[in-house]
Amino acid sequence: MTASAAKIARRRASDIVFKMFCVTVTVVALAALAAILWSLLSQGIGGLDLEIFTKSTPAPGSKGGLANAIVGSIQMCVMAMILALAIGILAGTWLAEYGGRSAYASVVRFLNDVLLSAPSILVGLFVYEILVAPFHTFSGFAGSVALAMLAVPVITRTTEDVLSLQAATLREAGVALGAPLSFVIRTILWRSASSGLLTGALLAFARISGETAPLLFTALNNQFFSLDLRHPTANLPVVIFNFALSAYDDWRRLAWAGALLIAATVLTVTVVARIVAKEPSRS
Amino acid sequence: MSDITIPPAAPPARRTAPRGAAVAKVFEGLCFSAATCLLVALGGLLVSLAIGGWPAIAKFGFGFLTTATWNPVTDVYGAAGAIIGTVVTAGVALAISLPIAAGVAFFLTELCPAPLRRPIGTAVELLAGIPSIVYGMWGLFVFAPAFSKYIQLPMMMAAKPGSLLEKLTTGVPNGSGILSASIILAIMILPFMAATLRELLMTVPPGVRESAYGLGATTAEVVTSVTLPYVRTGAIGAVMLGLGRALGETMAVTFIIGNSHGFPQSIFDSGSTIASTIANEFTEASTPMHTAALIALGLVLFVITFVVLGLARLLLRNQEARA
Repeated sequence: MTASAAKIARRRASDIVFKMFCVTVTVVALAALAAILWSLLSQGIGGLDLEIFTKSTPAPGSKGGLANAIVGSIQMCVMAMILALAIGILAGTWLAEYGGRSAYASVVRFLNDVLLSAPSILVGLFVYEILVAPFHTFSGFAGSVALAMLAVPVITRTTEDVLSLQAATLREAGVALGAPLSFVIRTILWRSASSGLLTGALLAFARISGETAPLLFTALNNQFFSLDLRHPTANLPVVIFNFALSAYDDWRRLAWAGALLIAATVLTVTVVARIVAKEPSRS
Repeated sequence: MSDITIPPAAPPARRTAPRGAAVAKVFEGLCFSAATCLLVALGGLLVSLAIGGWPAIAKFGFGFLTTATWNPVTDVYGAAGAIIGTVVTAGVALAISLPIAAGVAFFLTELCPAPLRRPIGTAVELLAGIPSIVYGMWGLFVFAPAFSKYIQLPMMMAAKPGSLLEKLTTGVPNGSGILSASIILAIMILPFMAATLRELLMTVPPGVRESAYGLGATTAEVVTSVTLPYVRTGAIGAVMLGLGRALGETMAVTFIIGNSHGFPQSIFDSGSTIASTIANEFTEASTPMHTAALIALGLVLFVITFVVLGLARLLLRNQEARA
């Protein structure tokens, strides 16, 4: 009797320890993450003014903004997304609709998953080797290609996932009417999966918009305002990196403001992606 | 007039091709080549790293992996310092992060009051998307000064001369170094691992969990003997995915590891990882051999992460197939 009572007490005690542990680490983790967001806000908000968007990166000691970096980042991300959407959606479609369970499809699927979390700096090295070294110049195009390589696996994965979720009856109905499968895919499946595809695109955009490592030696940086992607192109992440490690207070202030801009963009896009994903699909 | 005009024979009835039939093959071909693009990209990555790094591999041979001399002036390179730095920081980061991430995941699936469950879960998932450069900046400007003041200095003061603690804590107390980098990495992979583990734990059928509770099991017992074993394979996969991230992470580490070559002598010593070395030196590489050595470093990182990520994906896939 006492033995089992002691056993129950021990079990209860270990349960309490376990629960306390879980609660404590959750509080600690949330506190650490809140601390990061807080310093980002408090340090970044002071540097945010209109000049951030109207002036280019300054020499140390003079006033300036991040306009050239913001524009360069947007240009490169848009180009990267166009490339990545074309390749990613087609590849995801192939995996879901044509590849099926063939050996080749499972190899591609596996490699895509690996690429999904491959170190981004290696993608930068690769693009340097094929697009920078042969042309003897860093360029915004190279940067876009590097970003696209990081976005494609995300889009491929989500495309395959949402297409596999579409009801088989949709395909059967389309094919029974005499339409070739490719026509069914483009006019029925893509349309009914559109919110899922949009979610994938947004997630990919969120992923690449803050990427720094692959741009360090593809797009490099540019002190001046330029729309020409054939040359080194200014971009927010690399400017933040350089300015944060500099010894000048005004550069560091700009770096914090830029980091806040990027984090805010990524968070907004992710939230929008979640809202889009939740909308009931029309199927 | 018996002139009957015989109408010309009607052409044999032909099935009209369905709309879009002509492009069907083209479309399938396009999809196939896009999928092949992925294969080519990964293959190209490997081949280009191997080609670019070949001069260094050929010159230093196996010694490239085992020596820690990294000297651009004499053009002699050994990767051991960076490899050790990479493995140690990632390993320590995982050791710190894993118990916390698991605790958060258990809290969210078993203990959290229902109204808080969604907001906290969403917050964790959102934080997983914050760019790593933000973690790096926070590490450099906020974490490092505090770490130096409240952890490093007291520990170095407390260490008796000649003791093991003194050996472990030598270095410049400026807040950066191996341990600081590991802690920042741990914070960075925390939301990611917590979110993945939570998702896995939610795949446990409610009936399984409820019957354990029904038999009188405590929360701790339900987690350790029912839900965790149920997702075991996937959980190992998720952990290795986190490890893969930590191994290849560049920005969060570059800011705070101190960037010195050679074997780190203590937990506060500055060091380098493969990714941070490449990020710091690649655009300023002085000689072709320097560039080649950096690319060869990249190849080493590729091999390490490919093995880890490959294993992670295989384990996660097995779990998905079971679930």
